[in-house]
Amino acid sequence: MTVEGTAARKPRRSSKRTSASANKAPGAPGTEPTLEPQLVQLLTPEGERVQHPEYDLDLSPEELRGLYRDMVLTRRFDAEATSLQRQGELGLWASLLGQEAAQIGSGRALRDDDYVFPTYREHGVAWCRGVDPANLLGMFRGVNHGGWDPNSNNFHLYTIVIGSQTLHATGYAMGVAKDGADSAVIAYFGDGASSQGDVAESFTFSAVYNAPVVFFCQNNQWAISEPTEKQTRVPLYQRAQGFGFPGVRVDGNDVLACLAVTRAALERARRGEGPTLVEAFTYRMGAHTTSDDPTRYRLDDERAAWEAKDPILRLRTYLEKQGHADAAYFEQLEAESEALGKRVREAVRAMPDPDHMAMFDHVYADGHALVDEERAQFAAYQASFADGEVK
Amino acid sequence: MAVRKLPLAKALNESLRKALETDPKVLIMGEDVGKLGGVFRVTDGLQKDFGEDRVIDTPLAESGIVGTAIGLALRGYRPVVEIQFDGFVFPAYDQIVTQLAKMHARALGTVKLPVVIRIPYGGGIGAVEHHSESPEALFAHVAGLKVVSPSTSSDAYWMLQQAIQSDDPVIFFEPKRRYWDKGEVDTEAIPGELHKARTVREGSDLTLAAYGPMVKLCLEAAAVAAEEGRSVEVVDLRSMSPIDFDTIQASVEKTRRLVVVHEAPVFYGSGAEIAARITERCFYHLEAPVLRVGGYHAPYPPARLEEEYLPGLDRVLDAVDRSLAY
Repeated sequence: MTVEGTAARKPRRSSKRTSASANKAPGAPGTEPTLEPQLVQLLTPEGERVQHPEYDLDLSPEELRGLYRDMVLTRRFDAEATSLQRQGELGLWASLLGQEAAQIGSGRALRDDDYVFPTYREHGVAWCRGVDPANLLGMFRGVNHGGWDPNSNNFHLYTIVIGSQTLHATGYAMGVAKDGADSAVIAYFGDGASSQGDVAESFTFSAVYNAPVVFFCQNNQWAISEPTEKQTRVPLYQRAQGFGFPGVRVDGNDVLACLAVTRAALERARRGEGPTLVEAFTYRMGAHTTSDDPTRYRLDDERAAWEAKDPILRLRTYLEKQGHADAAYFEQLEAESEALGKRVREAVRAMPDPDHMAMFDHVYADGHALVDEERAQFAAYQASFADGEVK
Repeated sequence: MAVRKLPLAKALNESLRKALETDPKVLIMGEDVGKLGGVFRVTDGLQKDFGEDRVIDTPLAESGIVGTAIGLALRGYRPVVEIQFDGFVFPAYDQIVTQLAKMHARALGTVKLPVVIRIPYGGGIGAVEHHSESPEALFAHVAGLKVVSPSTSSDAYWMLQQAIQSDDPVIFFEPKRRYWDKGEVDTEAIPGELHKARTVREGSDLTLAAYGPMVKLCLEAAAVAAEEGRSVEVVDLRSMSPIDFDTIQASVEKTRRLVVVHEAPVFYGSGAEIAARITERCFYHLEAPVLRVGGYHAPYPPARLEEEYLPGLDRVLDAVDRSLAY
């Protein structure tokens, strides 16, 4: 057995990972010649607005503030959830820290009638869909396995098994096309999921049936401890080409670029031109989940490099430089953030444990004799205790 | 004419046609289900009459078929999926067990998954590897799924209608060696309940319980036993999840002996579950332990050996003798 100590805590990988291999010059050592892509970027890490020949975006100051507010509140909610896990109120939490721009940008590109198939980390997208943040915490507290009505916000349940939901999204999109609707569907997944057979099959099906679906891959560089190079030998967005639809890599820490690229992909789907793969190049600033320990496999300076590209900071810089937001605005938002944290904290602590009989509910839509029998047996067992409570 | 004599496969075909006619949300999906009409012709002519949009030839990817069927169901469709052969279902097993079976419960009942997965199953047709298996217990073990298997043309027609109308996922096992057996189908009858067993031969000395392809065998065994002066009752279970234990119990309380017959391996098979539950329910009625006849704990053998592997008339009668000897 390896003793957990200094040696074990050193990252195993000796070769230093560049923080953004996308920025390597073509032909640089360790890269495939001519394969390294340009990121679509509309807002630099320094908060400079830049133009892109293919992706235009014209947002009002109010809309820009809206994106900023979404990201700030999402991050605050996420931090609260991490704290709640540390305090024992949640069993687990999967933080989205660092991925706010990818999620808010893509989430705000959606129309109400579009449909989202998330992983378990899409808290920012859930926010955009109007799902109550407190509702997201039920499964992490262990009171349910999801527990919201997917159809009330067109936001499917979080999917734990990696990649499965891309097929559900594709099937749903096939249905949208059969209905003759002009809605679009978006499937979220990550760099790790890109290795799953289901993801490859969803690419095949969506291409063959020309389904109106956008595959939004947040390449956050790490699948728990495995870096992206353990999943692929080509930039992930290039996978699309082999399936016969376009792929694009976007700066996943640039909320404007994520919005513009996702919007274009969704519009393409609506026009009946089929699927698009968007690779949002971002970084998982935190651990995989609260059970993970990234110090065992990655270097601190990698994280530091990505900190300089923080999605929230760059938009704040831009808002300030443009005079779109003043100190009073930021103060007010800070107060709103704290209020959100407090509300979520209180909601989680007030969340009741499920009723003992709840495990027998909704196993089947049309009932099942064995479930009925076991429910009755369990109820009788419970009733056999003097005070009617199972200890 | 409402009553016709149809091969089991044709009864399924007519049932699918009826479903497509009745409900515009019903879709057929699978490999080669279109122009070819399926490798067993169960979907013969349906794409021609209902179009490629409703009778869908899919890419050759079982997980993709079931995974997209789930998405279509979430959109309000009622997909009827064909898995070409029993041994090919496992690439889709994750989607079926992890996603399809649990989604209604996970969503606290807010979404429904009316997906039917048709699987031709069982041996006896001299096929190559992976074409003769009986994996029903692997699905019956999973909460959230319903598992049924018809043994006659009439049941094939009606049980498929009912499976398609069900709001739950149903794994529909079709006894492929009986596809060509003819039986009467009354398309205007009032069908019985989907998950109710049926006593198909009355008897007083022993009960044979079976489903799918083994029902016919058990009826043959009962006929031979009758010549030897033994009155054997045969119960067609029809549904492996849920199992209609009440009907088996009533039969065993009368005959006091039970032999369960299936092609699937005996070990952890549905016979084990039936034996356990019937022992609990009928302990003081039983004159003999519940016996099981089925496949062995070995991979399904090459075709030249399958007659030895599969329960046949002699093995069933041997079990009848052993039970009656107690």
